[in-house]
Amino acid sequence: MIDLTYLNDRFEHLQQVSADDGIAGVRKNSFDSFSKTGLPTYRTEDWKYTSIGNLFDQSFEQAGHTVSLADLEALRMPGHHKANELVFVNGRFDAALSNFLSTDDELIVLSLKDAAKGEYKDLVARYLNKSSEYMKDGVHALNGAFIEEGVFVHIHKGKTPQHPLYIYHILDGRAHPVMAQPRGLIYIDKNSRLQLTETYVTLGVSDSFCNGVLEVVVDQNAYVEYYKIQNDASNASQVSTTHITQIGRSYVHTVTVTLNGGVVRNNMNLVLDADGNETHLYGLYLLKGKTHADNHTMIDNRQPNCFSNQLYKGIADDFSTAVFNGKIMVQPDAQKTNSFQSNKNILLSDNATINTKPQLEIFADDVKCSHGCTVGQLDEEALFYLRARGIPKEKAEVLLLQAYAADVLTHIKPMAIRAYVEKLIYEHLSIV
Amino acid sequence: MKENQDPLEQAVSNDYKYGFVTDIDTDTIAKGLNEDVIRLISHKKNEPEWMLEWRLKAYAYWLTMVEPEWANIKYPTIDYQDIIYYAAPKPKKQLNSLDEVDPELLSTFEKLGISLSEQKRLSGVAVDVVMDSVSIATSFKEQLAEIGVIFCSISEAIQLHPELVKKHLGSIVPMTDNYFAALNSAVFTDGSFCYIPKGVRCPMELSTYFRINTENAGQFERTLIVAEDESYVSYLEGCTAPMRDENQLHAAVVELIAMEKAEIKYSTVQNWYPGDKEGKGGIYNFVTKRGICKGDHSKISWTQVETGSAITWKYPSVILKGDYSIGEFYSVAFTNNHQQADTGTKMTHLGKNTRSRIVAKGISAGHSQNSYRGLVRASKQAINARNYSQCDSLLLGDKCGAHTFPYIEVKNKTAIVEHEATTSKIGEDQLFYCRQRGIDPEAAVALIVNGFAKEVMNQLPMEFAIEAQKLLTISMEGSVG
Repeated sequence: MIDLTYLNDRFEHLQQVSADDGIAGVRKNSFDSFSKTGLPTYRTEDWKYTSIGNLFDQSFEQAGHTVSLADLEALRMPGHHKANELVFVNGRFDAALSNFLSTDDELIVLSLKDAAKGEYKDLVARYLNKSSEYMKDGVHALNGAFIEEGVFVHIHKGKTPQHPLYIYHILDGRAHPVMAQPRGLIYIDKNSRLQLTETYVTLGVSDSFCNGVLEVVVDQNAYVEYYKIQNDASNASQVSTTHITQIGRSYVHTVTVTLNGGVVRNNMNLVLDADGNETHLYGLYLLKGKTHADNHTMIDNRQPNCFSNQLYKGIADDFSTAVFNGKIMVQPDAQKTNSFQSNKNILLSDNATINTKPQLEIFADDVKCSHGCTVGQLDEEALFYLRARGIPKEKAEVLLLQAYAADVLTHIKPMAIRAYVEKLIYEHLSIV
Repeated sequence: MKENQDPLEQAVSNDYKYGFVTDIDTDTIAKGLNEDVIRLISHKKNEPEWMLEWRLKAYAYWLTMVEPEWANIKYPTIDYQDIIYYAAPKPKKQLNSLDEVDPELLSTFEKLGISLSEQKRLSGVAVDVVMDSVSIATSFKEQLAEIGVIFCSISEAIQLHPELVKKHLGSIVPMTDNYFAALNSAVFTDGSFCYIPKGVRCPMELSTYFRINTENAGQFERTLIVAEDESYVSYLEGCTAPMRDENQLHAAVVELIAMEKAEIKYSTVQNWYPGDKEGKGGIYNFVTKRGICKGDHSKISWTQVETGSAITWKYPSVILKGDYSIGEFYSVAFTNNHQQADTGTKMTHLGKNTRSRIVAKGISAGHSQNSYRGLVRASKQAINARNYSQCDSLLLGDKCGAHTFPYIEVKNKTAIVEHEATTSKIGEDQLFYCRQRGIDPEAAVALIVNGFAKEVMNQLPMEFAIEAQKLLTISMEGSVG
């Protein structure tokens, strides 16, 4: 059970020490909202299939850390020598470990506190915690209530930073269990581009839990690619919320890959708040052991002429559980919306479970919306074809599963990242 | 027709054609619900002690429950003390044949287009008519009795076949199942009972017609169908109600039991009063329908055409327990004006090689909200379970909504489950094609909508298919697009 007295004290303390950091109001609202709703239970519709209450048992205090540059070196992703690297340690933005190659005239990275007071204070005031309009649950509110060392990134108007942005969430579980609540706000201004990759790593063998929220605001004619790669230890759990608001006619492309972890919950929210937005969401989850992965997508079509496409594919083996919940909303003004969604699953074990729930809520008539989902197995005939040619059964299965995954992987545009993920998947599938 | 009048506006302007009140004496009790009312109902129905106990138990349980709120519908709080729980046409004497039925009542049914006498003569349908919760007359009972089929009102069954009722009542939908099922268990006043003995193929379609006549009355009927090994029955149910300003409550429970190699086909055409154009009045239709394929190779098929009710809230479900059993669900839900529908099905696969098929078509117009909500569950033992679901929504107008909430839960690696859903409006090209060929816009829309719903309509027995198609066309009239 979550200790409410402890939470309350901890919150009061935080409000006192950082009373005038410009985000005390957001914290207050979030805490009030948490006090009202509490943590979700299986009776909460959006959390019906995923139980996370026990993950919050850990201490919220994460004083100091011992993550060194050498630690970071070991877990950097390919292509890092050409990338801006943004590092969170135990949920706090760590400027010392972070490394930026792009110059200030392309993009600027600030701590949320600084951003809330300086030049960007209007943007922060307007967009920070906008996600709470959609995320009404206590988990999201708890992140908001404890925003401390968050980060703000601004991509300037008309700029295309040469270097992609990598975000590492490092949780230091070498001494004791750890809990982290990272928070970020990224503003992509008009006519600019950003390629963003986010990943999670737990050091050591203790349990870890990361409850992160990243808000992304995309202005007119901007182009965004976003990749989320989750391959953490099997005792590392995450609730990862990505809330993207397209406030101008723009293009967003996201790929979420979940391979390993304890309980992994992804909330991918897209608010299409301008005429003619285009959005592509892809997802892949390959689950083994006892991993529980829950992908919630939400696309809110608020303006006319928007296009969105979703493809989520998954494989559940061993004792794993895969959950997919895809919600498409079309508001009354969003005429001429085209929105498609597909969720495909392969179940490889009788002890694994797949729960899927596509959902359409449509309030406009001139729309084309569809969703489809399937749960099935590997094609017997394809397996036979391969085995007839002398390929052993295990290898044939890996081949077919790789081909199945390739549908999603081809949408990872940077070659370095794609090759990296392909390798991870091959290793993941080959372990029997 | 006027060229520039919005076709949908016209569709909306159609009046409810079944909204007459039959002026006959009814025996009603005072409004309100308490133990005494339940005792009174039980007493009036001359029920045995065990039945009363069962009702009181359900009532006690109901008191501990709260009204569910999860459905995608909105309505003002229902005052359960403001409802008449028993209303029966005053019996002049014991009825033995149709000729003795109140002529006023018979003409009601003639207006509804199900003239008993005519049906009796021409189509050979056995009809059990329920008006305000009490069975009026059951035709063809004797012919059915000859082959061992029992088809009577549930109150009669409680008197005459207590062992059957006792064994099966509440076995599929227990009184504790949900709020409205508990309420129904406490206060149900009538309904149909149907028992098909082993090896009998019921030679005619069995049919019930429900009609709410009295103001402020709730209708709580209970239907129980038991099909023994290797039997077959096709059961039809139709519903209408007169126009009232108040909302009326209808909370029915239907239970189906199919034993080995038995097949039950259950068809509903529901045309309760949907309320007026402003959404005033209309029936709240909160129904629990569930069937179980108990034996191997059994089959249960639900077909429903829902055009009425201010609120429809029902999920005819099938529990596929026997190996090789089959569950089917075909549905057309049409909502107009301020109607709200939250309907769908649940297919629970437990046995091996079980199959289910879901075809749901939703059509929304006016300010209505139409939701499909379904669950397909394949348990760990359900080897080779197979499901295919399809839900399509058609939107006629920009003020209505169409929603789908399909839940799929699979725990078995041999199961194959597929679901697809689409939402769109009538294509301009389709309309153009029709108009180009001289079909006026109104007829074209009706044509396209009927085509959209055809897959489901085809599942209805002949007598109902015609009525259902007519109903749909009436609801659609003027929908030029």
